[in-house]
Amino acid sequence: MKLAKNKLIEGFAKWLFAFFGVVAIFAVCSITFYMILKGMPAIAKVGMSELLFKTSWSPTSANPSYGILYIIMASLLATATSVLIGVPIALFTAIFLAEIANKKIASIVTSAIELLAAIPSVIYGLLGAMVLVPMIYKLEKLIFAGSLTHQFTGGSNMLAAIIVLAIMILPTVVSVSMTSIKAVSNNLRFASLALGATKIETIFHVVIPAAKSGIATGIVLGIGRALGEAMAINMVAGGCVNLPLPFNSVRFLTTQIVSEMGYAEGLHREVLFTVGLVLFAFIMIVNLVLQRIRKKAIDND
Amino acid sequence: MKRLLKLAIVMLAAMMVLTGCGKNGETETEEETISGTLTLAGSTSMEKLCEALSESFMEEYEDVTVTVEYTGSGAGIESLTSGTIDIGNSSRALKDGEKEKGAVENIVAIDGIAVIVDKDNTVSDLTTEDLVAIYKGEIKNWSELGGNDEAIVVIGREAGSGTRGAFEELLGIEDSCAYAQELDSTGAVLAKVGVTAGAIGYVSLDVVDDSVNAMSLNGVAATEENIIAGNYLLSRPFVMATMGEVANQNELVQLWFDYINSEAGHNIIKSAGLILPK
Repeated sequence: MKLAKNKLIEGFAKWLFAFFGVVAIFAVCSITFYMILKGMPAIAKVGMSELLFKTSWSPTSANPSYGILYIIMASLLATATSVLIGVPIALFTAIFLAEIANKKIASIVTSAIELLAAIPSVIYGLLGAMVLVPMIYKLEKLIFAGSLTHQFTGGSNMLAAIIVLAIMILPTVVSVSMTSIKAVSNNLRFASLALGATKIETIFHVVIPAAKSGIATGIVLGIGRALGEAMAINMVAGGCVNLPLPFNSVRFLTTQIVSEMGYAEGLHREVLFTVGLVLFAFIMIVNLVLQRIRKKAIDND
Repeated sequence: MKRLLKLAIVMLAAMMVLTGCGKNGETETEEETISGTLTLAGSTSMEKLCEALSESFMEEYEDVTVTVEYTGSGAGIESLTSGTIDIGNSSRALKDGEKEKGAVENIVAIDGIAVIVDKDNTVSDLTTEDLVAIYKGEIKNWSELGGNDEAIVVIGREAGSGTRGAFEELLGIEDSCAYAQELDSTGAVLAKVGVTAGAIGYVSLDVVDDSVNAMSLNGVAATEENIIAGNYLLSRPFVMATMGEVANQNELVQLWFDYINSEAGHNIIKSAGLILPK
């Protein structure tokens, strides 16, 4: 009797868990399906090369043109530069916390970084707009003083967005890298020290190489975060479709959708879905790279 | 268990007392028996107007629920023509494509667009030509217009915005604007212009506050009187579009438009900083 009841519960639990497992798969599949369904028509109507490789974005003009090349470039460039700035800072922070700092300091800094990760992106945007943008405008005035051709952006530009993004990816990269550095076996450290290497030599020649797949994971997660961020950079980037130079007002794949979806109609709206599809494709690539790294790490172990 | 029971009894008693009070308060009897839901969607510029109208409309007709979504003019009319809402709000005249789909333009109010600059700007009047040249990027410094030596930061709205559409169309500068910043809401433009030295932007006249200066155009100040008199350059209609004429709509929609055209409705439009259409 009791056995039968147990069996029933077991069976029920199995189905329940299977159902919940399918929910996630269903969500991913339906999102992918929906994005392709919504994004493809505009590609057919506008033309792939017209859309991806033309630079002029004027969706509401009498002769509309839907080139998103500058937007794609801005997204990729901002992500790349913010990662270039953010990753060294994050990596050294992680090394400091995992290897060098004493327990008390490490716990203070770690909780500060965890707090940084918990701050909503709109707050980053707000601080960027209130603090960073005026400072960048001063710099802009200094650099372009007397320039007749430069269009003054008032401080809301590519540079501001890059700085905000670089700060925003810090917590992700720091915490993932720190975990992987801490996971490196002490045997390796002791062996290296016993051979006469200094602490710094040990860190750079032994610990980091041993933790490299974890660090790479952190960096790729940072890239994903920077690429997908919308709110914070929407508040500091200026929002014009321009060549992504540091002191140009720019627009990203994410902010393009955020700022124009409200009022767009017809083909303009469809093209915004295509922009979403392009962003989706980039995020997918980032995720595939991430899985590759993780798989490699497991194979190596 | 006993405590739980006691608690439940106390709560039940409290609820009875509260609902009893509510009943006692409602002494007036309903004259109208109209009930239902009226749905509107569209322009964000019309939020202030729609909130005020729907609030007092629901006070007048207690069984009616009015829901307004602020999705943007284009999206609002799209929802209207696809049949998901009763009234589509648009802060610009309807496009031909939208009219072909059956949307009918009912102008309920007129809005003025103010050209705003930061408080420290010494220029207070622009000619149409100056304004056009600024927005095309031909004039880049306020000193060229007799102001301080401060770079002009040209701020506008995103493509598709009703305010931007109206502004560019009224000045005849569609697609030739050289914006330094494109922001996606009226409030953002107001805030940005207020804190950025040398900035210029455009917003609905009724949201202008003392954080910015409103420019006069061709010597005409941006005031309601001037817009009614037809002297001020930048004004636009607020449209509540319906599928087919208002007379062919359901009772509820007709009631809504009757209310807008009543004295109470007119007062609300005026107190929202808007101008009644002729």
